[in-house]
Amino acid sequence: MSTLPLETAAHPEQLRRVVIEPLSRVEGHGKVTLLLDEDGHVEQARLHIVEFRAFEKFIQGRPYWEVPVTVQRLCGICPVSHHLAACKALDQVVGATTLTPTAEKIRRLMHYGQILQSHALHFFHLSSPDLLFGFGSDVARRNIVGVAAAYPDIARQGVLLRKYGQEVVRHTAGKRIHGTGSVPGGVNKSLTAAERDELQKDIYQMIAWSRDAVRLVRQLFEQDLATYRSFGTFAARTLSLVRADGAMDLYHGGLRAQGADGGMIFDHVDYGHYWEQISEEVKAWSYMKFPYLRALGHENGWYRVGPLTRVTRCDFIPTPLADRERREFMAFDDGRAALSTLGFHWARMIEMLHAAEAIKDLLHDGDLLGTDLMTGGKRQARGVGVIEAPRGTLIHHYRVDENDQVVRANLIVSTTHNNQAMNVAIREVARQYLDGRTLTEGLLNHIEVAVRAFDPCLSCATHAVGRMPLAVELLDADGSVAHSMMRG
Amino acid sequence: MNARPSFLLDGDEVPFEPGQTVMQAALAAGRYIPHLCYHPEFTPHGSCKLCTARINGRLMAACTTPAETATEVASETEELNDLRRTLVQMLFAEGNHFCPSCEKSGNCVLQALGYDLGVMTAGFRHFFPDRPVDATHPEILLDFNRCILCELCVRAAREVDGKHVFSLAGRGLGKHLIVNAESGRLADTDVKVTDKAVEVCPVGVILRKRVGFATPIGARRYDKSPISAQALADAPRPLERNRE
Repeated sequence: MSTLPLETAAHPEQLRRVVIEPLSRVEGHGKVTLLLDEDGHVEQARLHIVEFRAFEKFIQGRPYWEVPVTVQRLCGICPVSHHLAACKALDQVVGATTLTPTAEKIRRLMHYGQILQSHALHFFHLSSPDLLFGFGSDVARRNIVGVAAAYPDIARQGVLLRKYGQEVVRHTAGKRIHGTGSVPGGVNKSLTAAERDELQKDIYQMIAWSRDAVRLVRQLFEQDLATYRSFGTFAARTLSLVRADGAMDLYHGGLRAQGADGGMIFDHVDYGHYWEQISEEVKAWSYMKFPYLRALGHENGWYRVGPLTRVTRCDFIPTPLADRERREFMAFDDGRAALSTLGFHWARMIEMLHAAEAIKDLLHDGDLLGTDLMTGGKRQARGVGVIEAPRGTLIHHYRVDENDQVVRANLIVSTTHNNQAMNVAIREVARQYLDGRTLTEGLLNHIEVAVRAFDPCLSCATHAVGRMPLAVELLDADGSVAHSMMRG
Repeated sequence: MNARPSFLLDGDEVPFEPGQTVMQAALAAGRYIPHLCYHPEFTPHGSCKLCTARINGRLMAACTTPAETATEVASETEELNDLRRTLVQMLFAEGNHFCPSCEKSGNCVLQALGYDLGVMTAGFRHFFPDRPVDATHPEILLDFNRCILCELCVRAAREVDGKHVFSLAGRGLGKHLIVNAESGRLADTDVKVTDKAVEVCPVGVILRKRVGFATPIGARRYDKSPISAQALADAPRPLERNRE
């Protein structure tokens, strides 16, 4: 088993333990543990995912056509990602190598709607309190209600952007959350003219607000460049899908992996054989596996996925406004913003703008109203579906027997890809901000800010935003509680 | 003078034809009594007890009780609907009914009854029985997880298809659906995908394969109107026909 700096302390029994549990304003449940020596120096920092979901196991034996609806229950924030990744895998099982134009465009519309709503939710509801008020600001107002009071226009735009994305999902999937629109081989509905007209009505406002959101993040960088440049920043290898011409494509493409210096490790790899490039390592202290690039081995092969990777590693974004913002982002601060962990927020808003532009283009495409919804072909026993979910590359892999039952499933979700990267980020923040200092709630929130930058989806998001309790315990070397703090 | 015999249902006169049950007469007159194992095309069965009404003071199944004059039937009462909600909760508790991922969702009689009766909680600790599916037939999937033992498939096979494909075996809690094949596999029976028995399942046990979620949300049977309204729309109306 590999180990990285600050992953495992040499003598943990002599250190005091600080636990941040549960992490708040992230999707799902996780905790961070810190081990500190007598002088408060950080010796070990770990992000633990404390859930056990077992979807891969309990869909075994189920009929394959049920899977896209079942697996989306992994998440309440971006279920469309699982819905579509499963369908893309099962398209192959039913021999649907090329979807009808209507089916592909309806799925893309559904996906961009989800990107829009998920990115809006993350930035405005979950992260903007940290960014607008400060990481160590008064905890009582460091939440979306506080944002609504201090910055009502920003909060309102966030809510309405998310609502618009949810409406796109509803019209394409049947429901805002956990719909059924995509089925193996195609979709079960297209848009009516009335539905298209309804969505067309507000899309230009959504594009304008998305541009404003990009500029807001830029202003945040400009106001405190030193912090934003360095906060939790580390060099990372990256993995993402890109289109055949190198463009960003969140729905389909080939796998691209690059080194921290931008050097290409592989490019345009057919994801149908992803396991030839990616493997997973198990560590005893987490339920979540640690994927790595086979070519580099488990010690050096970890990588980062998600908006920051996609925006900085694509050759261009195929919508004009988002691509202009991408170029500005890449050039800002001599390229250092594009390398920073907080650059995730900037990249996420650029993607939100791209999603809004892509929705606008699709809403002017007549194929959305088509009636040719399904296709099929020669039956296959195996299917792999990969999509760029809001949080990063998402892999679904199924084997189906001759009786139509799933016999094996492997899901590598975005947050799993980012497991090691998030751990490195919190270690960096622990070293930068916590080392040797008296811990306060505000300081501990710095750790959460680093985790939130990745927008991890630890599971279905059902927590109350900004009101999750935070329990911190300081334990003596003998394990007894020396001091404890409670929030919420 | 009206010569047709009648009985009182929740205080209103309901006419009936000789030989009709309380359920048949009520539906024909446009009056809904909640039911699950009753189906107008098959011999009444009286097993699910959802249609239990207070008939002349006694709790009796409306689907098997003959309509008679000088009878007072109470159905739409809080007492009876409470009992019906409990029965629905028990049916959910006995099987594995995961509506969120069930392809029958929106077309399922049990789910529709739950909504229509206002079942808001699980009510009982669920059994989570271990019931493997039978996917051996090339065109039909048997998902025993959702079986509520209504025997509609048994009756449809026997009375319409002229076959003996399905039966119930075991007793009490051990009662379960079986198929008529030495191997116990559906593939080894003479069932056909076009059989009435395949069409009639009110829940998601007997399913045509590879249909799944082909019907979008909003176009499913009970998306359009609740089961109480659809049962009346679907009910045979012999009295109306006679009047014509």
